[in-house]
Amino acid sequence: MNETLQAAVTGITNRFKVQTAEFRGDVTLLVSNDKVVEICTVLRDEFGFDSLPLETAVDYYPKTSPRFHVVYGLYSLKTHQYLYLRAPVEGEHPHISTVESVFKSANWREREIFDLFGIIFDGHSDLRRLEMPPGWEGHPLRKDYPLGYEEVEFTFNFDEIELRKPKGEL
Amino acid sequence: MREIQEFSLDDLKHLLSPRALTGETVVLNMGPQHPSTHGVLRVILELDGEIIVNAIPDIGFLHTGIEKNMEAKTYAKAEVMTDRMDYIFTIGNNLVYCLALEKLIGLPVPPRADSIRVILTELQRIQSHLIWIGTSALDLGAMSVFLYSMREREMILDIFELVSGQRMMTTYVRPGGLWRDVPAQFNELVQQVIDIMPRRIDEYESLLTKNTLFLERTKGIGAIDVPTCLQWNISGPTLRAAGLAQDLRKTNPYCGFEQYDFEVPTQTKGDVYSRYLVRVAEMRESVKILQQALDKMPFGPTLTYNPKFIPPPRSEIGVSMESLIHHFKLWTEGYLPPAGAVYSSIESPRGELGVFLESDGGPNPYRVHYRTPSIPLISALGILSKGHFVADMVAIISSVDLVLGDADR
Repeated sequence: MNETLQAAVTGITNRFKVQTAEFRGDVTLLVSNDKVVEICTVLRDEFGFDSLPLETAVDYYPKTSPRFHVVYGLYSLKTHQYLYLRAPVEGEHPHISTVESVFKSANWREREIFDLFGIIFDGHSDLRRLEMPPGWEGHPLRKDYPLGYEEVEFTFNFDEIELRKPKGEL
Repeated sequence: MREIQEFSLDDLKHLLSPRALTGETVVLNMGPQHPSTHGVLRVILELDGEIIVNAIPDIGFLHTGIEKNMEAKTYAKAEVMTDRMDYIFTIGNNLVYCLALEKLIGLPVPPRADSIRVILTELQRIQSHLIWIGTSALDLGAMSVFLYSMREREMILDIFELVSGQRMMTTYVRPGGLWRDVPAQFNELVQQVIDIMPRRIDEYESLLTKNTLFLERTKGIGAIDVPTCLQWNISGPTLRAAGLAQDLRKTNPYCGFEQYDFEVPTQTKGDVYSRYLVRVAEMRESVKILQQALDKMPFGPTLTYNPKFIPPPRSEIGVSMESLIHHFKLWTEGYLPPAGAVYSSIESPRGELGVFLESDGGPNPYRVHYRTPSIPLISALGILSKGHFVADMVAIISSVDLVLGDADR
């Protein structure tokens, strides 16, 4: 870990309750769910992490508490370094506050996470599905969502296949 | 038949101006099958006369669940799917996956493989910019540029076919190096491209750079400044056209890019014309990198020897029991990288292309996420097009160089 990154990590660990981990040179801070917006603001304003190239989630099913991790990757255009944050999210009613107010690019990234993982971002301005159609049921990137192997539908056998499909919850 | 799920105007109420609901402005659908959307992009436009008040992009028509599918395959097999995302920067997609995997495992890469990786990604960058220059000129009504740029692209695709047997979906870059060494004619063919490209780029420039019709359609259109780019996390030529010289090949070098001497071209206006100038200059820089990489290309192996992760050479399997066992294990079970998460990124022709790879210690990737440059570009279309004419929307969409396969995955 080099000096500027070290300064940012110490700055955050002094002020917030976080765990630090380093793997293959990538420094990750495990932060608590409700402090994400504050920490992102501090990192942007005081330590120069001025863009958010990465925001995604990981599902640790069948673990339920916490089931998800939301991963943030921040990048500093001055020092050209990455810093990663991870926030645990409960499996029962997955909620986390949006970082849209800090980085506008989080808007679509969070829409994608909401679409594919079903994590609700509180305070998000436009929480619609991004990849899947608007009325889709289920969240495909969850580990308990089946991979598929659907039959290919054509116009002539559409209704027939539709009848055979399992109904109910996924 | 299944009901086609659609947005209603009510769903988009918060994105449109209040005048849309009273009927003062018109809400118009553009795409997803519009020829100028470069794939299947749908944009919902709110128009005041011919002026765009709001543009709401809608993606997902090419969503194929590649990230989900990769979780069900071994690391080696999952790589084949990565070509299919950004279908005009396929080698880069392989490369970034391999870089992440190499970082996760700690695999070294031989210098010759690095140098060939550089040559191939730079060739692909030129190829991608050629498609871009052709199609975006076509969108503005300049037909002939497309024909010329496809001619040079053919030369580059022939090189890919020579090295890998495939013109586009090569899967040539593998964890720990390359599939195999390049054939003997490779250097000669790359040298041909290097020799011919500067003259050909001059040709495109003579068709467009001072063309009054082209200037009228592109100057001052779709301008964006650096702070807005950073807010929306826009990278690549669009950011450099706005004035910030951010290039991951310079700032976070991979594959030995630090040894090559090249400039990062920038412009200041951030409009469609600046993006055109930046891309043309980038092609010239790529030619410079190609020449240096070709001259410096060292001899040696192109794949690391590590039978725990990389299949041993065919010649060994017949004579060595261990190699046979390794080969069998690698193709049935796969390999087991250590548990942990890594992120690595490269500079694609559109911006930062990154891979977030998480392993739980098993043979399949636990989670793969592609951080694609097209998503920020599409999400900013509304900002870029505000206040311009509908006809300029075509110029703006093509100017940011979006690939829908890259955005939807």
